[in-house]
Amino acid sequence: MVRVASDTLNSRVPDGPLQQKWDKHRFDLKLVNPANKRKFTVIVVGTGLAGGSAAASMAELGYNVKAFCFQDSPRRAHSIAAQGGINAAKNYQNDGDSVWRLFYDTLKGGDYRAREANVHRLAQVSTSIIDQCVSQGVPFAREYGGTLANRSFGGAQVSRTFYCRGQTGQQLLLGAYQAMMRQVGTGKVKLFARREMLELIVVDGVARGIVVRNLTTGQLETHTADAVVLCTGGYGNVYYLSTMAKGCNVTAAWRCARKGALFANPCYTQIHPTCIPVSGDYQSKLTLMSESLRNDGRVWVPMAKGDKRSPDQIPDAERDYYLERRYPSFGNLAPRDISSRAAKERCDAGNGVGDSGLAVFLDFRDAIKRDGEDVIRKKYGNLFHMYNKITAEDPYKQPMRIFPAVHYTMGGLWVDYNLMSNVPGLYVLGEANFSDHGANRLGASALMQGLSDGYFVLPYTIGDHLATTKLDKIRDDHPACMQAMQEAQNRINKLIAVQGKRSVDSFHRELGLLMWDQCGMARNRKGLTEAIDRIRGLRDEYWRDVRVLGSGTTLNQSLEKAGRVADFMEFAELLATDALHREESCGGHFREEYQTEEGEAARNDADFSYVGAWEYRGTEQEPILHKEPLVFENVKPSTRSYK
Amino acid sequence: MSNHLLNLNLRVWRQSGPNDEGSFKTYRLSGVSTHMSFLEMLDVLNEQLIVQGEEPVAFDHDCREGICGMCSLMINGQAHGPDNATTTCQLHMRRFSDGDTVTIEPWRASAFPVLRDLVVDRSAFDRIIAAGGFVSVNTGNAPDGNSILVPGVRQEVAMDGAACIGCGACVAACKNASAMLFVSAKVSQLAVLPQGHPERNARVLNMVAQMDKEGFGSCTNTSECEAACPAEVSVSHIARLNREYLRASILAEN
Repeated sequence: MVRVASDTLNSRVPDGPLQQKWDKHRFDLKLVNPANKRKFTVIVVGTGLAGGSAAASMAELGYNVKAFCFQDSPRRAHSIAAQGGINAAKNYQNDGDSVWRLFYDTLKGGDYRAREANVHRLAQVSTSIIDQCVSQGVPFAREYGGTLANRSFGGAQVSRTFYCRGQTGQQLLLGAYQAMMRQVGTGKVKLFARREMLELIVVDGVARGIVVRNLTTGQLETHTADAVVLCTGGYGNVYYLSTMAKGCNVTAAWRCARKGALFANPCYTQIHPTCIPVSGDYQSKLTLMSESLRNDGRVWVPMAKGDKRSPDQIPDAERDYYLERRYPSFGNLAPRDISSRAAKERCDAGNGVGDSGLAVFLDFRDAIKRDGEDVIRKKYGNLFHMYNKITAEDPYKQPMRIFPAVHYTMGGLWVDYNLMSNVPGLYVLGEANFSDHGANRLGASALMQGLSDGYFVLPYTIGDHLATTKLDKIRDDHPACMQAMQEAQNRINKLIAVQGKRSVDSFHRELGLLMWDQCGMARNRKGLTEAIDRIRGLRDEYWRDVRVLGSGTTLNQSLEKAGRVADFMEFAELLATDALHREESCGGHFREEYQTEEGEAARNDADFSYVGAWEYRGTEQEPILHKEPLVFENVKPSTRSYK
Repeated sequence: MSNHLLNLNLRVWRQSGPNDEGSFKTYRLSGVSTHMSFLEMLDVLNEQLIVQGEEPVAFDHDCREGICGMCSLMINGQAHGPDNATTTCQLHMRRFSDGDTVTIEPWRASAFPVLRDLVVDRSAFDRIIAAGGFVSVNTGNAPDGNSILVPGVRQEVAMDGAACIGCGACVAACKNASAMLFVSAKVSQLAVLPQGHPERNARVLNMVAQMDKEGFGSCTNTSECEAACPAEVSVSHIARLNREYLRASILAEN
């Protein structure tokens, strides 16, 4: 039985009509006057879209910002790999879009498991993001006349996605990075690259700093501030194989969870339908083929099981365009969770293609015939090139083979409407928080959320904390700092001291496979219960038998990985625990016991219309579940249909 | 594509820290699948080294899909290896043959000091961007996106420059270790877009000054940079940089 806290969580969503909540709230928030802003220091961990935009915007306001990233440059953050685009309710296409429609699509896309007020704010702010990025010189695609171009994306029937070829994330990130580097030039942002956050410093219950390891020298450093902003991305690499960058990890968020921050909805993981399939057991990561390809590509498998003919030898009558068949109104643009499950269903039925049978075709034959190869090349050239590099196959001539892969995590640290966690002074932005995507994220919404949080939400809300909290100056030798530093050091010593026989990667692969098999696209009670046992066993073995060579006082990539995998080993159990407790199917969380006759997700609003935020109490004690009831004042949750 | 297994001799640069002299060390690696990426091959080497009790080879990498710009290896004397328009992480072992000797080095440039093994410090690039590679527009200042019209053709030129991933292959490939291709990609993007015009002169002067200060060499138009660039940034951006620089030198008030 899950232990449930008696109090429900207070989301601090302001009263009043949905459309006016954010405006009213901005007026109600306390301000820090311009001259006083320079007296405050804010730490930003992570320099992706959320971190980069937050650091730049706060420095522009006058705050002193310290920005940290584990990569060699802030421009490497994994936001850079987002391909397809960013949504905004501009209605430039005159096709009936509006703030309300973007809000509605996103809330429905999230299977009614997101906080209504947050999603509406996201839709409201979306239009300002595009304006800001255009002004920075982000080279969005344009029409011949010079106006901004749009394309459509999964889960929507309007064209509201802005894009830069297949490199939208790169261009938006560089925009935020450049804005931040401008502030580095002025001295308002101090940049600390190749630093990894290992502990949160909490003084009298308030977040006041972090301990980082300088990855070049191995030195531990203490950094204190008046607030800490976590923008450290998602935890998809708990599955080892994912579309995330190799360095993506849960450590910063998990260190905060261990200091009392609640971790919400960890079981909501997004499996993206269009990734390049696994080719061998040496595989180190999976590569996404942007969802935008489904605008022109048609997904199919042979109608006959085990049909090994070359795809061009299979006539149309013997092809099953299963998305178009099952979801005629959305077709190939059905949302990600639905498309992924449909691919799995076909492969499980024996109709998969390729050597492993774990793939389906994404075919551009008809689009090339209709528009010509040049048009397709202009839209997707870099993606086709990437596919060709990896597979040595030419997607202009033969269909791509694709399969679902872990891509994004909707869960994250719990935050209130101000994006502050339950630990005062600790803010969480972007993928690292849980707030906007519910149980499934729609395409082109991650970039929107990261930039919304960083450019247009945090700069307002953080002032309220700084203006209303007594924040005495903290020195590096404060007992809380010394203790956090000691904890980080002990952990490093402990990892090196194991001197076992197995590499960190071998453990990580084993954990990932276990999670994929038992806590991946489809989950059930038996598998999850078993998974929890196996994770515990693997974690024990890890601390007995991991081999980390070298020392803690130099650049040591094995040690970096070892710390991250140690945290994944703890976090994985919480993810499985959350998945086990949520006895319904919603969005990316599909429990086999809870499905309709047609194999669609069966949500249970009566019992599970809440955010599940977990209080972690160590490996020896059960976590406590804190609930935030989801209140829908404006949209009535319905059964999600894309038929 | 069928899978073959390769046996390779790897000559890998090992250097324990910034002050160590460093040297090549040779490793034999067998059973390398031709489907592996180059970095997956190094993963396999590192697993083997760990089992043998030798510290694994340090190398920079992150996204492994050719966009973050973090991977940075000199492979048989070529930045990012033998394929055109390809980062190290997107290079696959099918480009090699059984019995090959493969020499793997870090970027070599005094502005990119080696930190360990194959890892170098490229923070000079960040400082060049901080010197002027931006449009000064504070959050909240922006007019409606469609109030700034940019003709599609011009837009494409800007995007060509903006595609730079900041990996530093241009510097590594250049006999003078010049950073002109990197700097020109950003100058060019912002020079062709109307948003970049108010700061056009100061930008190019400040970025070039910072580039010189960082110790990068001069450009002698040999175009090795373009040949090595995984993002296919053209040297025509260097030509634009030179024009911008000349223009700014004559016109600049600042």
